[in-house]
Amino acid sequence: MFELSEEQKEFKEMAMKFSRNEIIPVAQKLDEEGKFPQDIFKKAWELGLVNTSIPAEYGGAGFSNLDAVTICEALAYGCMGINTSIMANDLALLPIVIAGSHEQKEKFLKPFTEQFKIASFCLTEPNNGSDAAGIKTTFKDGGDHWIVNGEKMWITNAGYADLYVVYGTIDPNLKHKGISCLVVEKGAEGLEIGKKEDKMGHRASDTRSLRFNNVKVPKENMLQNPGEGWSIAMKTLDHSRPLVASSGVGGAQRALDCVVQYANERVQFGKTIGQHQALQMMIADMVMKIECSRLLVQKAAWLADNNQRNTDIASCAKAFATDSCMEITTNAVQIYGGYGYSKEYPVEKLMRDAKLLQIYEGTSQIQRLVIAREALRN
Amino acid sequence: MNIFVCVKQVPDTETKVQPNSDGSFIETNAIKWIMNPYDEFAVEQALLVKAANSDSTVTVLRVGSVKDTEALRTAMAMGADEAILVEAEDNLDSYMTAKALKGAIEKSGKTPDLILSGKQAIDSDALQVPQLLAQMLGLPSVSVVVGFEQNGDKLQIKREVEGGSLEVYEVTSPAVIACNKGINTPRYASLPGIMKAKKKPLTQLSLGDVSVSEEDRRVKYSDYKLPPEKPAGKKFEAMDEAQAPGVVKEVVGLLRNEAKVI
Repeated sequence: MFELSEEQKEFKEMAMKFSRNEIIPVAQKLDEEGKFPQDIFKKAWELGLVNTSIPAEYGGAGFSNLDAVTICEALAYGCMGINTSIMANDLALLPIVIAGSHEQKEKFLKPFTEQFKIASFCLTEPNNGSDAAGIKTTFKDGGDHWIVNGEKMWITNAGYADLYVVYGTIDPNLKHKGISCLVVEKGAEGLEIGKKEDKMGHRASDTRSLRFNNVKVPKENMLQNPGEGWSIAMKTLDHSRPLVASSGVGGAQRALDCVVQYANERVQFGKTIGQHQALQMMIADMVMKIECSRLLVQKAAWLADNNQRNTDIASCAKAFATDSCMEITTNAVQIYGGYGYSKEYPVEKLMRDAKLLQIYEGTSQIQRLVIAREALRN
Repeated sequence: MNIFVCVKQVPDTETKVQPNSDGSFIETNAIKWIMNPYDEFAVEQALLVKAANSDSTVTVLRVGSVKDTEALRTAMAMGADEAILVEAEDNLDSYMTAKALKGAIEKSGKTPDLILSGKQAIDSDALQVPQLLAQMLGLPSVSVVVGFEQNGDKLQIKREVEGGSLEVYEVTSPAVIACNKGINTPRYASLPGIMKAKKKPLTQLSLGDVSVSEEDRRVKYSDYKLPPEKPAGKKFEAMDEAQAPGVVKEVVGLLRNEAKVI
């Protein structure tokens, strides 16, 4: 492959244009005010930049994973936080795309292509992050419905979502064999939405806790059978990790572009700082890591597009691209010096935003566990 | 309505333009091409008119090389229905271009109800093609247009003139309208739009097909050069107040006699 198709180049160009014209000019202000980017989100939806995972037969554009990561990188270039809101829709809809029946896809996916709607993926709990198999939210059989009880934490888009894709267990003793996945619609009785978290970065994205108090959910809203939720979650992450990784590539590329501009302007010791070798070493490392990250992301997406197992490569991409993004954005602040530490300049936000990429959808450490497990198995 | 839009493909605004080796044109190899920004207003206006008039089609026309068809693809991704490309070198003069566009409209087999374009191309800045085309077709034309209202075949056109005033024209269509910034906000090509554009018809014609030959050339371009480099600025320093009047006198003298700006 080694080159995007003409169409993918056009997608990228269009998404970059959107990032430059619509996202970058307001990102700093939305970050400062912690304001949800509803208008940008809606505009992005109108242009087909949202819900890239919905298949064509349910009204989606029918993008490949490679298309999706290409678009995602361009949006994250504009703002990793705003991109999180957009990407969270896909993360939430992916379990339905992967495991939903035809009726469930008609019912839950199609409306997202007809109207601007928001979705939340609800896996993490106050006491269960990396140990996802230990979740405590319970689904109790209530005859023609499930009764949901429990608490979810760090849920992206939670305050605005029309649909919540919720993981719980039919019996905590069954561990991962008890995990199941339910689609809960907005306004369900007993669903309490918590206050917005005040975060270090991704401040424009809406992150909240959720509490389920005897929430009744129709039986037909369960994806596949009770106890099959774990494999749905794992398959979802195989698809979504390349997206998070591509956000890291977008954020890192933005940091590099900022650095290149600054290095060619700022003069110290009688020459631009870009002419000093110490800085050239740092810039070269940035370029190498961005190139490697992007290739890993593209390989992970390509494998998924060709129906090949990508668990290890998706984790490699996620860990490498997001760790690189953290390093590159940190060094961008270093290169900007005092200016880099000031909110007047763009790079401190990149550094704050990069941090979350190493944490959500599987920490960098969990990715390494996955990679090692896959390697040792062979 | 049969709406035609003339677009030009121009170097991206961030391109560092270089003359080619024999100075006959600019070096086009490494250039990223975009649709002429003023033409985006024309495409948007065409799509607005189409939306307001049922059974309308928007045909986008371009004269230029086939190597990259960015401008036409963008216009179709925005929503234009079809495209006609007249294949030619990128160094045609305004007269040849207008004649080729006229030929392309005739070859389309459709009678134009409205022809739109940008007021100028940002590369050659000739500001001639829309007016030449109108003359050749025997149609009225208005340029530097910032307001467009349609009432049947009557168009109320607002045109910007020096000093920011507006002239208001009433024009009977068909007419050639050359758009300026401010007439509308061009839409983005949506991702599904980009995908659909691939399936829209793009007709390719040669200059021969539209009866244009070198004999039509009115302007021959040669000796492309970069403008001379700006000489370094002069710095004047008055170390104390006593020196200031003398320095001011010197600066005023240079501005008057050397730079001749006052």
